Amino acid sequence: MKKLDEFFQKLEPLFLKGGKLEKYYPLYEATDSFLFGASGKTKSAPHVRDAIDYKRIMITVIVALIPCTLMAMWNTGYQANLALEAIGVASPAGWRGSIMALVGCSSESFTSNFLHGALYFLPVYLVVVVVGSFWEVLFNLVRGHEISEALLVTSLLFPLTLPATIPLWQAAVGISFGVVIAKEVFGGVGMNWMNPALASRAFIYFAYPAQMSGNEVWVAADGVSAATPLAQVNEAATASQAMQNVDFTFAEAFIGTIPGSMGETSTLACLLGAALLLVTGVASWRIMLSMLIGGLLAASALFFFASPENPLNGIPPHYHMVMGGFAFGLVFMATDPVSAAHTPQGQLMYGLLIGLLAILIRVANPAYPEGVMLAIILGNVFAPLFDYFVIQANVKRRMLRHG
Amino acid sequence: MAHHFDIIIRSIFLENLPLAFFLGMCTFLAISKQVKTAVGLGSAVLFLQVITVPLNNLLLNHVLEPGAFAWAGFPNVDLRFLGLLTYIAIIAATVQVLEMVLDRYIPVLYNTLGIFLPLLTVNCAILGASLFMVERDYTFTESTAYGFGAGAGFFLAVVALAGIRERLEYANPPAGLRGLGLTFITAGLMAMAFMGLAGF
Repeated sequence: MKKLDEFFQKLEPLFLKGGKLEKYYPLYEATDSFLFGASGKTKSAPHVRDAIDYKRIMITVIVALIPCTLMAMWNTGYQANLALEAIGVASPAGWRGSIMALVGCSSESFTSNFLHGALYFLPVYLVVVVVGSFWEVLFNLVRGHEISEALLVTSLLFPLTLPATIPLWQAAVGISFGVVIAKEVFGGVGMNWMNPALASRAFIYFAYPAQMSGNEVWVAADGVSAATPLAQVNEAATASQAMQNVDFTFAEAFIGTIPGSMGETSTLACLLGAALLLVTGVASWRIMLSMLIGGLLAASALFFFASPENPLNGIPPHYHMVMGGFAFGLVFMATDPVSAAHTPQGQLMYGLLIGLLAILIRVANPAYPEGVMLAIILGNVFAPLFDYFVIQANVKRRMLRHG
Repeated sequence: MAHHFDIIIRSIFLENLPLAFFLGMCTFLAISKQVKTAVGLGSAVLFLQVITVPLNNLLLNHVLEPGAFAWAGFPNVDLRFLGLLTYIAIIAATVQVLEMVLDRYIPVLYNTLGIFLPLLTVNCAILGASLFMVERDYTFTESTAYGFGAGAGFFLAVVALAGIRERLEYANPPAGLRGLGLTFITAGLMAMAFMGLAGF
């Protein structure tokens, strides 16, 4: 390690101002600080009040995402193996089949499930990382910025919100949109106002709805349709029968052995991540708490007071919390420190708005079976406004106090 | 009543004039640098929509529609081809009256709005609201509700955009995108977010 460090020290002058390879300084800096840690201090926003480096924050988020990622691989494989067993096929078609032939497909076997899921998750993840890094590095080289680890978070969050059957080129289009249009044109990390991972997902959600919604996409086995719990509820006739139509228990939905986007199904894994984010103080507890309260408020209001004709009104509030992407959005998406509201009171209002909207869109809007993603980007739109009014109120109060 | 409430909600969130139909873009983009001025502009638009849409509705039903002059012995007169002209005239007149009234009674607001007020005469969001009212055959009360919703939607969108633009003061875009370029991209991303509400 020491030799490598010396090697890098020796290389440094080449990349500094006036050096031969001056243009490629961002690449050098990224490799160096990835291997050896950052020695300098944060130069710019958004974390000027804290000694912690932006890179450390991002690495913490990635560590917090590990449970979700592992669960994503296991559950994707588990669902696929279950589906294959149900239709009586021994192994999946194509190249995945030849790899799976080594261990066999069995929903009982942990290795088989994990490997099968990994064969779906890893290609998507690799494509997203490579394409995302390409844009990030291109922009940073041209503009002479330092490469930020935030991209690693974005490119891990984004595949976790995708269904397992997503075509790889769509994942590439999505991350290109998110990184370039939602982040880099504003100047990169810390300057964007919309969460890039969600912008990517929203973009391909609206552009290619056939691959992003419906019953065919959630389980990675050809020709198998499996409804998510929310879709199952929607097929019920009235609200009172809503839960009879769901063949998953609360515990199953909580642990995450249900069909859905790859990383969003397990509330348990999200809670593990949330614990780490809260203990390290990386994510705002205000946003998490107020979004939870907002979601519970809207869900209870709809459950107890709304008309019984819409079957989605019949979902008990605690089920709303474990269905769809509510937990994942609450822990990892809404709390993005850049695109969320920055002031404490603003964060409370921001979380509340997202919670309310997420359940309202999910239940009352027949066009979209899931509302968390859309609610959070709407929250991003209004977050600066919350900050503005909080700051103005503060200015007014101080003016009154001090004349 | 529920029906009118539905019209208001629809026109604020689902059929938002700037973000779903991209109407009134010029003022929407130009006068959203600061939240303060955006609030002024939004209120002016809200006020105008509440007045002009019902007024144009009255005009349509009692002057322009075929048979409107049946009482005078001209049952076959159809003046609808004059629609565009008269709606604009009504809007221009309302802006003038509004200007004079504000100048006389609320000079503070008049001064805040400044040049934006006369410019609203040629704002396509305001004419657009009247034309939507014609196309959808709203009654008088419905068009009052619609006018309020369309104005409130514009208010919401322009204030939100101004909030984002104040935050973007700290952004570091490539030189070619500074100013309006970035605002266009921002408005596009906002429109994408608002698509989440479409389809209710």
